[in-house]
Amino acid sequence: MDNYLDNSIIEMFFFESEQLIEQIDRAVLLAEKAGDYSPELVNEILRAMHTIKGSAATMKYSNIAELAHALEDVLHFLREHKPRHVDNSELTDLVLEGSDLIKVELHKLKNGDQNDGDTADIIVRVRDFLARLDPDFDVGAEIARTVESAEDPALATYSSQSKSYFAHLVFDDSSGMENLRAFTVAHHLSEMADDCRYEPSDIAVNEASADVIRHEGFRIWFRCAATDEELHQFFSRASYLRSFELSLIDEADATAPVGEGNGEGLSRASPDINGPPSGDIAPAARQPEREDQTSIQQSIISVNVSKLDKLMDLVGELVISEAMVTQNPDLRGLSLENFMKSARHLRKITSEIQDMVMSIRMVPLTATFHKMYRIVRDVSKKLGKDVQLRLIGEETEVDKNIIERISDPLMHIIRNAIDHGIEMPEERIRAGKDAMGTITLEARNVGSDVFIAIRDDGGGLNKVRILDRAKRNGLLHRPEQEMTDKEIYAMIFLPGFSTKEKVSEFSGRGVGMDVVVSNIEAVGGSVWVESEQGAGSDVYFKIPLTLAIIDGMNIRVGQSRFTIPITAIKESFRPADKDLIRDPNGYEMIMVRGQCYPIVRLHERFRTGGAEQDLTAGIMIMVENETSTYCLFADELIGEQQVVVKSLPDYIRAYKKISGLTGCTLLGDGSISLILDVERLR
Amino acid sequence: MANLAEEMYETEDTQKGKYLTFALDSEFYGIEIKHVTEIIGVQTITEVPEMPEYIRGIINLRGKIIPVMDVRLRFKKPYRAYNDRTCVIVVDIREVSIGLIVDQVSEVLSIPDSEIVPPPELSNVLHTYITGIGKVGNEVKLLFDCDKLLHQEDSEQLASIG
Repeated sequence: MDNYLDNSIIEMFFFESEQLIEQIDRAVLLAEKAGDYSPELVNEILRAMHTIKGSAATMKYSNIAELAHALEDVLHFLREHKPRHVDNSELTDLVLEGSDLIKVELHKLKNGDQNDGDTADIIVRVRDFLARLDPDFDVGAEIARTVESAEDPALATYSSQSKSYFAHLVFDDSSGMENLRAFTVAHHLSEMADDCRYEPSDIAVNEASADVIRHEGFRIWFRCAATDEELHQFFSRASYLRSFELSLIDEADATAPVGEGNGEGLSRASPDINGPPSGDIAPAARQPEREDQTSIQQSIISVNVSKLDKLMDLVGELVISEAMVTQNPDLRGLSLENFMKSARHLRKITSEIQDMVMSIRMVPLTATFHKMYRIVRDVSKKLGKDVQLRLIGEETEVDKNIIERISDPLMHIIRNAIDHGIEMPEERIRAGKDAMGTITLEARNVGSDVFIAIRDDGGGLNKVRILDRAKRNGLLHRPEQEMTDKEIYAMIFLPGFSTKEKVSEFSGRGVGMDVVVSNIEAVGGSVWVESEQGAGSDVYFKIPLTLAIIDGMNIRVGQSRFTIPITAIKESFRPADKDLIRDPNGYEMIMVRGQCYPIVRLHERFRTGGAEQDLTAGIMIMVENETSTYCLFADELIGEQQVVVKSLPDYIRAYKKISGLTGCTLLGDGSISLILDVERLR
Repeated sequence: MANLAEEMYETEDTQKGKYLTFALDSEFYGIEIKHVTEIIGVQTITEVPEMPEYIRGIINLRGKIIPVMDVRLRFKKPYRAYNDRTCVIVVDIREVSIGLIVDQVSEVLSIPDSEIVPPPELSNVLHTYITGIGKVGNEVKLLFDCDKLLHQEDSEQLASIG
């Protein structure tokens, strides 16, 4: 129980801090774009920095807390005093550097390492920046104070409007885990107050502190500029609170009771407080967004992903079992109307459960896409290019497992696009383009897949250079004339390939693109490139929404069974002899409504025995993938079924990647059907 | 504390030194029982294309899909049709499951280390997998290493080196 408590508090800290850091990054980038730090943005960054400081201090991660504190000072000064000459770009650089450092420390802590990063250097520079803004600012004293002010409320004196308070809280006898309740209160309080100090102080790490709180109550000292009314409201909303006392602390130490009250004892988690300290301009535009966020926070619970995985597996088993019952061979030929009705109903419910479980694991791409803003800014700045990022369809949702795997490939492709694709501004102008290059990141759902496109309006891929480099690296295995554009472009994904003459820190070593491909293929997706010289390149990812369950059409070829994803099938028919064509090379084709399509004989492709050879005696299934349409020849269609995709056993996959198969599934009668990969059969 | 360690060592021991023996033609082979999860009769095998001959395909084992390997073919012996004696020994090594198709399963024997001698240097396919020769009474069992069987490169490639 002890560990569980600690872990959930620590996890919450990481989750929140990461979100806050991203918020800070976004706000800073917006300010940079606008050329100015508006009061709303300053406030947003200040608030986020303040919360990080408070949380980090509570968790005793002092280097993060100190750095956040230093940055907070600067922002606070900007807000209160609105100095006229601020070097915005230096400010941006400092804040971003600070945020990066905090990210690194958080990452270390998450991995179980120590947060031993040296923040002294950047803190000195931040203080120096502030000193230059405020000539009255005493750098030396501030540094001394930084260490203490996290603990001692009496020393902090930024805003003349904030007052010192003391609160004494008593929780319900039956509440249990008083230390967790107290922590929640302290945490939320720290978002609107400064210099919180509380007794007992080890509530985050020591379960025994719950006893102390039960006997003596929970005491907090803090400074805040909120009105008494607001504070009173804040405390009365804390859950499981039986009573509280709030008093104003005078410098002379006289206590003037501000008010007492009884907790409402609601069983909801205590609400997030948006109340800004007075003296703020409450930004109307930002407010609704934040409130949305808080209301979302309240109805979220965090679930262990492994539990979701298990749930998914069970739902998969359920679908298979349901098929085994309703399509049982024992029932074949019987006319069972009532049974069929019930079976359909069962089907419907199973379907709903399945949809629900799959949607639980879906997460929008928003966060991943937004991370790219920072990448675009950093890389383009470093290379002296002018690039903007456009996002389309960021609300598209993708399975959680997949999100984590997409992030790195995306970053790499974008870096590549800026490094290789987008030309320098002068060159662009000469070519008649805008000096500013655009990278468009687009995501959309098509059937059971997600398509992600990274488009740039740069110089496009140079076929000649690619072929040349391939030849030099010994990667060219077919005569050039036979290769289609798509195949030529695909060579950039081969390991060891790079047409960049110089290796930069971002790209050029030829180890990036093939890793991108393997990452995407590891989640069952595919990558390809289209390009137009002079106009730009488009990199596409196609990723299955979820690997688990698809609608499939079962077919028979000889004694073997295969399954084709329904979304790939356009039509099926019995071919007439007159429509069949054979070209001089022996390739077979079929005419359908004036169009000619190649034929793939499945029994040849997979060497199945005992299959129909005569094209007119079997069935043609017209399938299409992203780039082409063709016909598959099989013996007969068995039927449509919702199938649970299982990957081929590890042993087989390790031996060889079988092109043409994406996995297998169990049919209603217990036999195994192989699932065809329409993308690669041809 | 020391007792606990001893106890754990002993429970490990109950599986150590025990081998499941099976027959291929007139030869007897043994594999360590600790890798064996179950033994089942041979059932419908779904072929998987582009696999070497000794990988017969995949089977459905109570919802789990596992590949099956014909040990005769793996050891370059002629193929023999399956009958009702034919068994599939399901082994699980380093989280990889595979079924081994054998002519017939014999028994579980305890072969102490003292009765095991290292294999002779033979240049056929077998010896790469054989870890030892176990003597049981008058008979000899060829003990082989499942791990190697599963994870070794195809024997053709090895032969071309040697």
